[in-house]
Formats: sequence, structure tokens, C-alpha cells
Amino acid sequence: MAYISEKPGIGIRLPSIAARGAARPTRKHKTARGDGTFSYGLPLLILFFLLWEIAPRLGWLNPIFFPPLSDVCRSWIGLAESGVLAKHIGISLQRAAIGFGLATIVAVPLGFLMGRYSLFEKISDLLVQTLRNTSQFALLPVFILLLGIGEASKIAITFYSSVFFLLVNTISGVKAVDPLLLKAARSMGTSDVDLFRKVILPASIPSIVAGARLAVKSSIFAVIGAEMLAAKSGLGYLIQQSQLMMETGDMYAGILTMTLIGLIVNYLLVWFERWATSWKGQSDTSPH
Amino acid sequence: MDRIVVSGIRKTFQLKPGQYVTVDGEETDRVTVLDGVDLNIRKGEFITLVGPSGSGKSVLLDIIGGLTQASKGIVQLDGTTITRPDPKTGYVFQQYALFPWRTALSNIEYALEVRGVPKRERGDRARYFLALFGLSGFEDRYPNQLSGGMQQRVAIARALASNPEVLLMDEPFAALDAQTREILQSELLKIWEKINTTVIFVTHSIDEAIYLADRIVVMTARPGTVKEIIDIDLPRPRDGDIRSSTEFNAHRARVWEALRDEVNKAQKDWALSPAYAN
Repeated sequence: MAYISEKPGIGIRLPSIAARGAARPTRKHKTARGDGTFSYGLPLLILFFLLWEIAPRLGWLNPIFFPPLSDVCRSWIGLAESGVLAKHIGISLQRAAIGFGLATIVAVPLGFLMGRYSLFEKISDLLVQTLRNTSQFALLPVFILLLGIGEASKIAITFYSSVFFLLVNTISGVKAVDPLLLKAARSMGTSDVDLFRKVILPASIPSIVAGARLAVKSSIFAVIGAEMLAAKSGLGYLIQQSQLMMETGDMYAGILTMTLIGLIVNYLLVWFERWATSWKGQSDTSPH
Repeated sequence: MDRIVVSGIRKTFQLKPGQYVTVDGEETDRVTVLDGVDLNIRKGEFITLVGPSGSGKSVLLDIIGGLTQASKGIVQLDGTTITRPDPKTGYVFQQYALFPWRTALSNIEYALEVRGVPKRERGDRARYFLALFGLSGFEDRYPNQLSGGMQQRVAIARALASNPEVLLMDEPFAALDAQTREILQSELLKIWEKINTTVIFVTHSIDEAIYLADRIVVMTARPGTVKEIIDIDLPRPRDGDIRSSTEFNAHRARVWEALRDEVNKAQKDWALSPAYAN
């Protein structure tokens, strides 16, 4: 580091050279490593599924509480064919999406104000920190009392569990905008509105999208939790209800569906993040 | 005819509460960077500004660009007092300051966008200026896919795309390697001779200052004032070989003569400038 600070020219040019030279190789390397991880990891996953199949059949686990994987698959196909599964998935995802959407509408503009105007942040920060550190599940009874047992309380909990990820990342994104870019924009006579639209917003997109990734996951977890505690529909309800009815095949089918949705959503979000920050040339996001 | 008139510019920085620096043996929370700068710049003139670190060259440029308010004194551009960035002024920074999420072409278009130029004209003009700097074919590259020299070409193209009457350049080539530096200096001169805009160019390099300038403004150590203005009567167009001519060497000796005492003085308060920079 010492020689970099002594010769600012060299220190400044290093990143751009590194980025240029390494952009493609890095990406190739990443995918290669990703595939590698998958093929390395596959045997252990197959072993896990084999154990799941064998253990109940050999009587190591009680098949009533832990049915073999093939039985679970059969239950899953049954649920899928009857359309029950699609209905529950649809309801859960809809709740998560509405909560997340509302959170975005609230958090991004608020984050802009808090990140840009220090007085606004000073006034609101303590309240935000207080709310942020209150568990959304602890608040579910409150939401039910205030909003009833219907959709509103489920949406409220997904909203609550995603809004702070978005807010905190928007604030840090806005604060991290390179002051030189703001100066350059001002030197060209950029108006205040354009400064937000054309400089601060695009500059903070990577941070906002990273927050959105956490927020989407969190909103899905929250909706499942809320449905297990108080609902008449949704994947969480399906899992909880199947357990109460001792329909363990259906219960595990529901859990596996959750896992699958989690994986798909995560990869979609990673892809979206890469797309939204493609101008960075190299992606430092991993699919985990 | 005078395009820019700088009269009695003073700039004092007020440090943040609780911060103090020692100036001339006294503790203070105020640092005077410019102490009465007077300067008349003619239309179409190429001015280079040299001076030791902390002499307020960049601050003076920011004041002329309308980015910083002077504590006292005024700057007039064509008779109008500058209070905020003027659309007739273009600014080039040492660190390029390109928007990393915009391609080369769309970075240049930005300057036209915020000045309300219609969309079709924006594209045409941006393409013209890219071509002028030999960057045709790089329209869709993002800044991090371009070398430092190419990024600075894009930044200069962006500053020139709005046909500015004044071009302010703050050590634009300082971050480049020596070869790229010389290439860009002669490219800049060629283009300037075509468009004849008024240029104020801050630099630390005496050679660069002489090679480019009609007149060199030598600043004193902090608090900065104009120490001397040196006319550079080398014939134009100038090519790189001029650097080894006798006249060039004479200018070099003269500028260094003017600068030496100030650099020595500036060494004494080198610790000061981080306190008010940024």
C-alpha cells in the first residue's frame, strides 16, 4: 500500500487496469468454479436423499414421522396434480410480493432523503433503529389485533420484514456516491431533480439491489412464518396443517417446495443483480 | 477583449467545529487559501496555472467554475458575475469523473441532456466529439473498459460537447503515464487551435505549462496570490520537438525561478492542506 500512496498516479490507475484485464477471465473463472462446486457437491446431496429414502424403510426412523423420499415425491405429485399446491404457492408469493412492493415504495424515497439530508437522518434515525430491532414475528399479534386475521396482517409482516433491508441499503448507497461525480454533475449545470434521477439513483442501484435481494428472501420467510401461525391458506398453512393432520408426506412436500422456491428466487435475484450492475464489468456476487 | 475578469478573490476555509490547525505559529480554525487574486483572461486564450501545493489553484478554478463561493471579490464571465456553474463553462477533472454506469457515448450525451439539447442532436454531437478524439468504435464501452488516457479523452469530449466558451481543466493529465500525457497534450492543442475556446489549465508540470500556454500564471505559496504572469511567445502550432529548443529552455528557467521560493515556502506548511481539502 505504501508505494501506492506515494505515487497517486499509479495507485489510481491500478483498479482500472485490473478491471479491464481481469473482467472476462474472472467471469469465466467464476462459472467454472460454480460448476465445479456443483459437481463436487452433488455426491453428498445424493447421499443425503438416499439416506432419506433408506432410513425409514430400514426402520432407523419412524416412517410415520419421516416417510421415505419416494413417498414424499408421490404426495408432492398428488398435491401438484390436484392444483392445491399451485394455489398455496400463488397465495404465499402474492403476499410476499405485495409486502415487498410496498416496502420498496416506502424505503427507497425515504432512504434517499435520509442519505442525502443529514438533518432528516438525525431526526429519523433513532426511530428507524428502534423499529428495525423489533422482531417482525413479535409484532404479528399486534398486526392481527390492528388489522385482523385476513390478508392485511400477512402483508404487514412481509412489509415489515423487508422494508429495513431496503432502507438501510438505500441510505448507504446514497451516502457512498462519489463526491467527484456529484461535483462533475454540478459543473455541467445539473438541476437538483436530475441530480437525484441521473446521478444519485444509478450510482446507488447496486447497493439498493443488494438490499432487495435480502429483502425478498426475508419477506418470503416472513410470510411462511405468519401462515404457520395464523392463516387459512398459503404454503406455511399447508405445512402446518399437514403436520396437525399427520399427513407427513404432504408436510415434507410443502417443505421441499419451500426449498425449491428459495433456490429459484435466489438465482433469479443473483441474475437480476448481475444485470443491474453489468456496467461494473465484474460481478462480486456469489449465488449464496 | 477580456472574457474572464477575476478581481480581489479571497477564500477562507472555516474548519469543522473542534478542528484546529497551526498557521504561522498560531492555532486557528480558519485557513486563508486565496488572498486577493486579480487576473484578466482574454477571449480564446490558453492560460496555465502553476504554483506550489496549497496555493489554491484548484480552489480558484472551482470559484471561476461557480462550484465554490469566494469569501470576497468577484469573478465575471463576459461581464456577468458568476454565482453558480455557467452552462458556457466546461470542467475537466484529474480523476476523469465519468459516470461508470454510462457508456462513453452516453457520458458525453449527459452534458447535452442536462442542457436540454434534443435527443437526436445529442447522439450526433456526442459521436462527432468521440470521433474527434479518435474514439470511434468505443461508443458502447463503459469507463472501466477504457484505459486512463481514453477515459480522459471521453471526459474532455464531454466538456467540449456543449461548445463551452470557457474550459477549466484541473490537472487533467496528472494521473496518466508520461507518454500518454504528451500525446494528450498535443491532441488537446490541435483541437483547441480549431475551436479556440478559452482554457484555464492547472498543472504541476512546468514543461506542460510552457508547452500549452499563451500565458503562465505563477501563484505564490499559501495564501495564494498571483506572483507573476509569464508570456509564452513560442510559435504555434507547436509540436513535441519544441520542448528541446533554446527558447523553451529559457522559459523553463524563468518559470522555475519564479516558482522556487514559493515551493520552498510551501514545504513548511505541507501538513496544513489535508485539513481543508475536500
